Amino acid sequence: MASEQSAYIAGVGQTEFKRHGGIMDRSQFQVAAEAVLAALADAGMTPDDVDGFASFSNDANEAALMQVALGVPQMRWSSMVWGGGGGGSCAAVAQAAAAVQAGHAQTVVVYRGLCQGQTRRFGRFGEGRTHGNFVHPYGLFAPAQMLALLVRRHMHLHPQIREEHLGMVAVNARANANRNPNAVMHGKPMTMEDYFNSRYIAEPLRLFDCCLETDGGCAMVVTTAARARDARKTPVRILASGHGSGPGWGSGPLGSQNMPEADYNSTNSRRIARELFAAAGVAPADIDVAQIYDHFSGMVLMALEEYGFCDVGGSGDFVAQGNIAWKTGKLPINTSGGQLSEAYVHGMNVAIEGVRQLRGESTSQVDAARLCLVTGGLGVSPTSAMIIGRD
Amino acid sequence: MAYFSDAMPAPHPNFDDRDFWNACAGQRLQFQACAECGTARHPPTPVCPHCRSFKVAWKQTAGRAEVYNHTTIHHASHEAVKPNLPYVVGVVTFPDVPGVRLVTNVTDVDPGQVHIGMPVQLWWDAIGEGMHIPRFKPAST
Repeated sequence: MASEQSAYIAGVGQTEFKRHGGIMDRSQFQVAAEAVLAALADAGMTPDDVDGFASFSNDANEAALMQVALGVPQMRWSSMVWGGGGGGSCAAVAQAAAAVQAGHAQTVVVYRGLCQGQTRRFGRFGEGRTHGNFVHPYGLFAPAQMLALLVRRHMHLHPQIREEHLGMVAVNARANANRNPNAVMHGKPMTMEDYFNSRYIAEPLRLFDCCLETDGGCAMVVTTAARARDARKTPVRILASGHGSGPGWGSGPLGSQNMPEADYNSTNSRRIARELFAAAGVAPADIDVAQIYDHFSGMVLMALEEYGFCDVGGSGDFVAQGNIAWKTGKLPINTSGGQLSEAYVHGMNVAIEGVRQLRGESTSQVDAARLCLVTGGLGVSPTSAMIIGRD
Repeated sequence: MAYFSDAMPAPHPNFDDRDFWNACAGQRLQFQACAECGTARHPPTPVCPHCRSFKVAWKQTAGRAEVYNHTTIHHASHEAVKPNLPYVVGVVTFPDVPGVRLVTNVTDVDPGQVHIGMPVQLWWDAIGEGMHIPRFKPAST
């Protein structure tokens, strides 16, 4: 797509990141509003320039109230992506881009504010889960347990992928976090020995295979090419974005594990990956850096395969060869520390890191990064992803 | 005594899945199937995703199953399971009802011995108020 017709990311913003329950001095809604204002300031804009909002995961910080709080004079777009967790992060950006490209709105802010001490922890039992009747009576309560099953079967079918490869994803994230002063795990180095000493949560996943649970807010300003050129920072183009699911995944790993056999040990990304690269007109080898939703290390390995960076079953070797490491690897991933070690704002913090890479602002900067893949939550329905780039 | 403690979340049957749970209460494990094309599906849902018929039949399993997948859980995400740690959540398939998977527990075995392909046998766990939950243990050879 010609750059003039593309939507652009003109600003990103975030609050401080704290361990879950760490932000109790102000409301979750205020934290979300602070992130929105930070993203607008980054773009050199004010709420007067905004005419739309998008979010995901049943965000409690309603767009209509955000408009009131920030004094936005006219709203022309408000949307929410179905599904809990982080599957919808890039989908919300995609909706903002669609709104901008279709002319429904000029500037849409995507945001997520999460203060789990004020609401609930996503990593624990929660009433109202889809098909909860078919998982709760068996003690299958939390995403770590549900997605551990996918990783288990994938490793069973591809035994060359071993637990040390899961550990390499976790250790890589921690190394990146230790270069990022805003990361929750900054100043807390982790070795492979530390990894293997961490306790199992649900086999084969250990504590350090699981994302953090944190408080914080993130936001991203999506706008037209013309407005992005007037912004303060280097505009970042959304080459392709989308969301969706294969059949059956609505009662997939977070439901009753009844997705199709051909898809079972996957992240539900095969279709979206193919369509995303086709829409962007680029190939996996063209991607300079990737921010892959790391709720669980094993899902990152499976995504490396599904997005075409290595063969199916080849992700263990791929990480063992150093390919994901900053800054010598051919595909550094999760360069802010990701959700394993920076923060868990349902994928919005890793999306922001993608933008920083393309502006040259990362604390683990990839030289001359021009193209970045960002994914939303993996192994859920819907999942989502985007390819962003510097013109 | 039930496998998990009394504080364990029980199923709350709803309009779409109550026939499954009514059968469990009567110690029958049955899966929804399409009355037109015969395709089995789980969890219950009003429409056949294969031929889009709303006509429903049920297929009962005799209770022999195979472990399709499993994880040993070491962390209590709910107070109720603390006495059971570690416990095994299995995903099982049924030779007599192909096309459905059931999330369940594999009990009466060292968790380290559970493996994909393991033959298992249904047992009914009485959790009170007339409800029974299908769980599985190693099949006697």
